[in-house]
Amino acid sequence: MSAWFSHHSYALTLALTRLVRTPFSSLLSIAVIGIALSLPAGGYMLLGNLQTFSGHISGAPQLSLFLALDASRDEAAQIGSRLKQHPQVASFQFVPKDSALQQLKQGDGLADVVGSLAQNPLPDAFVINAKSTVPEVLESLRAEMQKWPKAEHVQLDSAWARRLDALLSLGRVAVLMLAALLSFALVAVTFNTIRLQILTRRDEIEVSKLIGATNGFIRRPFLYFGAIQGVAGGIAAWLIIALGTYLINGALADLALLYAFDSRLHHLSSEDSMSLLLFSAGLGWLGAWLSVANHLWQIEPK
Amino acid sequence: MINFGNVSKRYPNSYDALKNITFTIETGEMVFVTGHSGAGKSTLLKLIAAIERPTSGSIIVNGQNVAALKGAAISILRRNLGLVFQDQKILFDRSVFDNVLLPLQISGFDPKTATGRVRAALDKVGLLDKEKARPITLSGGEQQRLCIARAVVNRPSILIADEPTGNLDTDYARDIMDMFRSFHQVGVTVLIATHDAELLGGAQQRILTLDHGKLAA
Repeated sequence: MSAWFSHHSYALTLALTRLVRTPFSSLLSIAVIGIALSLPAGGYMLLGNLQTFSGHISGAPQLSLFLALDASRDEAAQIGSRLKQHPQVASFQFVPKDSALQQLKQGDGLADVVGSLAQNPLPDAFVINAKSTVPEVLESLRAEMQKWPKAEHVQLDSAWARRLDALLSLGRVAVLMLAALLSFALVAVTFNTIRLQILTRRDEIEVSKLIGATNGFIRRPFLYFGAIQGVAGGIAAWLIIALGTYLINGALADLALLYAFDSRLHHLSSEDSMSLLLFSAGLGWLGAWLSVANHLWQIEPK
Repeated sequence: MINFGNVSKRYPNSYDALKNITFTIETGEMVFVTGHSGAGKSTLLKLIAAIERPTSGSIIVNGQNVAALKGAAISILRRNLGLVFQDQKILFDRSVFDNVLLPLQISGFDPKTATGRVRAALDKVGLLDKEKARPITLSGGEQQRLCIARAVVNRPSILIADEPTGNLDTDYARDIMDMFRSFHQVGVTVLIATHDAELLGGAQQRILTLDHGKLAA
C-alpha cells in the first residue's frame, strides 16, 4: 500500500512538474485539444437544444384547417359542428379572417403593408388539437378533413418539426463522425507530445529499466501527464462552448422577444460536462499509453 | 548464490561471446572476472542481471533461473542486485542526491525513509558533502563513487561492477577497490570485472579468467 502510494504520488508530481516546466508548449497542446473537442461537443450541445425545441412542438398534435376564401359563415359553422362531433378532435378554435388580419396588423412592420391591401387576403381558419399524437392517425385525420366541403388546405403543424427531427438525426451522425475523427487527432497530439518527452528522457528511462524499474513505473508519469493534459483540454473545450453560448444567447435575446418563446441555448448538462472531461482524460491517457508502449517495445532486448 | 550451468551466448552477428561456461559463486564471496578485452567479461555480468539473455544454459541467481524470467520478474531481480555499469550511466540532468534516490523511487520507498538511505549511501562513499552538486562537476573518481552509492542504496545482497576502475589512476582505483572490499566484509556477494592486473596483485580473492569466451582453469 505504502509503495503503491509512493509510486503514484511520485508519478503525479513528476507529471505536474513536467507540465509546469514547459508552460508554453503545454498551453498550446491544451488549446489544440480544447479546440478539437469543442467542435463535436459544441455540435452535440446545439443538437440537444434543437431537440428540446422540436420536442416542444412535435409533442403538440396541432392541425390548421384553412377554408376557401369564398366560404360563408354558415359553411364555417358547419365545419365547426363537424369538428365538435369528431371523436379524434380534443378541442378547436375558430379564427375568423378579420381577426387574423387584425393580428397581422399588430405584427411588427406589417401594418403598412396590410393597410395598403384592397381586400382581406386571409381565409377563415380552424386551429385544431387532436387527441392522438400518433403521426399516422394525424395524417389520416388531415386527409379526411381535406375532403370536407370548402376545406381549402389542411396543414399538420407538427410536420416540419418531424422533418427537423429527421434532420437532427442526420446531425447526430455528423457530430459522431466529427467526434471520432477529432478523438483520433487528440490521441495523435498526445502521442506526439509524449514521444518528444520520451526522447528527452531516453537516458533516464534506460537507467531506470537497468536498475529494476517495471514498465509500469516508466509508463505511469507519462500516463498521468496525458490524462491531465486531456482533462485540461476538456476544460478548455467546455470554456470555449460556454463563451460561444454566451455570445449566441446575446444575439438570440432579440429573437426571443419577437417570438415570445424561450430561445436561450443551454450549456452541456453537468452529466455531459463530466462525460466530456472523462472522455478527454481517457483519450489523453490512451495517447500516452500508446506512445510509451511503442518506445518500450523498441528498447526491449530481442 | 550465483550459478552458471553450461552457459553460451552468441550475439546475432554470430559472434560467440561465451562458450559453455560453468561456475558457482557462493553467498558472501568476492570474485574477480578478468581477461583481455572482448573476452566476454561484460557479457557474463549482463547475463546475471538479465540485461542479455543466454543462447543456452541456465543461470541461477538467488534460487531463480534468470534465463527464464520475464517482464516484472526481471525488474524485481534487478532491484536485488547492485549494478555498477562500465559506462556509469549517471543522469546529468539531476543532482548527485537525485541520482542515488532513483533506485529507491523505483522500489517505492516513502520520501522520508528514502532521504535517510540516500544520505547513508553517500556517506559510505564519502560524497555526503556533494549531495547537491551536479554530477558533471565531480571528478572521475567521485563519479565512480556516485555509481557505487546508487548501486548499494537498495542494500542489495549481490554487488556487480563492470570495470569500476577503468579510467582511474592507481590511487583512486585502490580507493574504489577498498570500498568494494568493505562491502564484501559486511556479507555482500561482490563480483567485479577488471582487466587491471595490478589491482589483483595482493588480492586473496578468487579469480575467474576468461579467454575468448572460455573459462581458463
